[in-house]
Amino acid sequence: MTLENRLRRRRAAGRKLLMPYVTGGITTTWLDQLRAFVEAGADAVEVGLPFSDPTLDGATIQEATHRALACGATTRGILDDLAGAATEVPLVASTYYNLVLHAGSQRFCAALRDAGVSGLIVPDLPLGEADELAGSAASAGIDLVLLAAPTTPPPRLAQIAERSRGFVYAVSVMGTTGERTTVADSAGALVDRLRRTTDRPVMVGFGISTPEHAAHAARSADGVVVGAALMRRVLDGASPYDVGSYLARMRRAVDQDLPPGGGRWTRA
Amino acid sequence: MGDPGPTGRFGRYGGGYVPESLVETCRRVEEAFRQAWSDPGFRDSLTRLLTVHVGRPTPLTPALRLSAELGVHLMLKREDLTHTGSHKINNVLGQALLARRMGRSHLIAETGAGQHGVATATAAALLGLRATVFMGERDIERQALNVFRMQLLGADVVPVGTGSRTLSDATGEAMRYWVGRTDEAHYCAGSVIGPHPYPWMVRTFQRVIGDEARGQCARELANAVPDYVVACVGGGSNAAGTFAGFVDTSARLVGVEAAGGAGAALGRVGVLHGCRSRFLQDDAGQIVEAHSIAAGLDYPGVGPEHAHLRDLGRARYETVSDDEAAAAVVRLARTEGIVPALESAHALAWVVRAAGAGELPPGATVLLTLSGRGDKDVSTLKDGPTPGDPA
Repeated sequence: MTLENRLRRRRAAGRKLLMPYVTGGITTTWLDQLRAFVEAGADAVEVGLPFSDPTLDGATIQEATHRALACGATTRGILDDLAGAATEVPLVASTYYNLVLHAGSQRFCAALRDAGVSGLIVPDLPLGEADELAGSAASAGIDLVLLAAPTTPPPRLAQIAERSRGFVYAVSVMGTTGERTTVADSAGALVDRLRRTTDRPVMVGFGISTPEHAAHAARSADGVVVGAALMRRVLDGASPYDVGSYLARMRRAVDQDLPPGGGRWTRA
Repeated sequence: MGDPGPTGRFGRYGGGYVPESLVETCRRVEEAFRQAWSDPGFRDSLTRLLTVHVGRPTPLTPALRLSAELGVHLMLKREDLTHTGSHKINNVLGQALLARRMGRSHLIAETGAGQHGVATATAAALLGLRATVFMGERDIERQALNVFRMQLLGADVVPVGTGSRTLSDATGEAMRYWVGRTDEAHYCAGSVIGPHPYPWMVRTFQRVIGDEARGQCARELANAVPDYVVACVGGGSNAAGTFAGFVDTSARLVGVEAAGGAGAALGRVGVLHGCRSRFLQDDAGQIVEAHSIAAGLDYPGVGPEHAHLRDLGRARYETVSDDEAAAAVVRLARTEGIVPALESAHALAWVVRAAGAGELPPGATVLLTLSGRGDKDVSTLKDGPTPGDPA
C-alpha cells in the first residue's frame, strides 16, 4: 500500500496524523529512537539522510546532520539499517537533491524501496525541477512529497497539490526548520488555501515545537511534522524513551484536541 | 553566453534548486531584473554610478617588463583600480539599484575574501540601504582588514562557525537568513552561482569588464582580439564577465582555479546553493571542503555557465597551487609595481607556467583580468614564506 493510501486510511478513521523526524545515524542506536516514535503513536516517521550542506535547516537539524556525518553515517548505511528494522508505520526519507543526483534518481529510488521506504521529501527540489525524480519515484512506488510555502501563489499551489504524492507538506512559516515560540498564522492560511484545492492529506511542518503547537496546527491540517524539537532533545542526550515520551505527549494533545466528529476532514 | 531563458539553464546546468519558500522570490527578482535591464533609465543610472563612483572604464595596462621576461604580450585589465579595489563593485551596484527599484531596504551578502562584502557595504551606504554580510570565521581571521572596512561602512558582519568556516558555509547561512526576510531584503549574490536568475544576472552586470576590454583590445592589437583571455575562477564572476566579451571571437578562454578549490576542473555534477553545476564531492555525494590561500577561491564549486563552457570545450579550466600563486604576486609586484590579489595571482601564475612550458607561443597576446588588488592579502603573504625572497 502506498504512503498516501495509508495516510488517507488513517485520516478516514478519524485520526490526526503525527510524523516525527529523526536524523539517520545520529547515534549508534538511532533505530531505537525510531521504534520509540512508533510506540508513541507516530503515523509515519521521517528519516533524514544527512547531507553536508543542509541549506533549508536551522541550527538544530544542521548540528544533528553534522554529528551524524562525523559519526560515519552514510545513505547506504542508513538504508541498510532501515531494511532490517521492520517498522509498522510508513517511512519517509528526506534529503537534499545532491544525494539523489549523485546516485542517479532511479537507483536512489530503488534503494529507498528496497529499504522499505515509501515516501521521499527533497526540500531543495521545487515543482519546476522535479520531473525526473517524480518519474523515478513513481516507477519505484515511492511517493514524492512536494512542499508548499506561505508565498506560493494560487495557480502554483494547485499544481503542487496535484503533483504531490503521499501528502502535501505545508511549510508553516517563511524560514528554516527549527523550534519557535508560536505557530505562525501563515500556517493556518496556507492549509485553508490547500484545502480549497485538494483532498490530499495536508501536513504542517517547520516550528512545531510543543504539544500545544501540534494540537493547534492539527486543528486545521490533517497532521503535523515534528523535527527540531525532538532532535534537540536527542542532541542534549535524552534517551529514546525520553524523546518518545515527549512525542507521546504530542500524540495525546493532538488526539484530545480533536474537534467533534473526530476531526475527519470533509471537502469544503 | 546569452539569456538562459525562464528555466535558467546553461546546457544541463543552472536552474532553480531552492526551497519552495524562495521560488516566488527568485521569480520576482528575475522579473524585476528583466524589466530593469530593458529600461534605459536603469542602465543609465548604473552606467553613471560606474563612471563617477567606481572609476570605469578601468585601464588596460601592458605588462611590459613581465611580457619581455615571458616572451608573450601580456595585457592586464585593471579591475584592481576600481573603487573598493575589485571587480565585485560592478555587480553589487547593479543589484543594489535593482533592490531599491524593488522596494527592498536591506542587502544580504556572503563573502570570502571580503571584497564582495566591502562592495556590498559600499553600495548600501551609497544608496541608503542596510547591509548584513555573512563571513566564515576562518575568513574573518585572515581578512581582518576587510572586516573592519565593512564595519566602518556600516554593515553588520555575521561570523559563520559551521563546516569549514569559509565561503561555502557563509553562502548557506546567507540563504537561510534570506528565507525569513524576503519581503524587505534582497540577497546580493557575489558570484555567478545560486539559483536562477543569479548566475545570469551577475554575469550580465560583470559583462562590463569584457565589453570594455574588447574595445580596448581592438585599439591595441593588430588582430583586434587577444589570442588568450585568462581569468581566475572561484565561483567565477570576473571570468564570466570577461569571457562574455570574447566568447564570440577566436580568443582561447582559460579559467584558472585554486588547486584545492577546482570545481570546474575536478568537480562532479551536483546541486548546491540553488544551482546544478560542478562541485567537489566525495564518493558518497557529500560536498568536500575547498582549500586555498586565496579566500575568494575557497569555494567547492563553480558557476553553472562555466560548467557549460567547460563541457562545450569553449573554455578550459586549469589549476594552480598556493605556492605558484604567491610567487606570482611577487613576480608582478617586482616587474610591474602592481600587487595583485591572491585570487588574480592564480590567473597570472598559469600564464607564467604556460609561457615557461611553451604552451603559450612566443609573441602570443594574452589578456588577463586582474580582478582585485592585493592589499587585503599582505598579512597572509607576510606571515607565510615569500617566494623568491629568502630574507
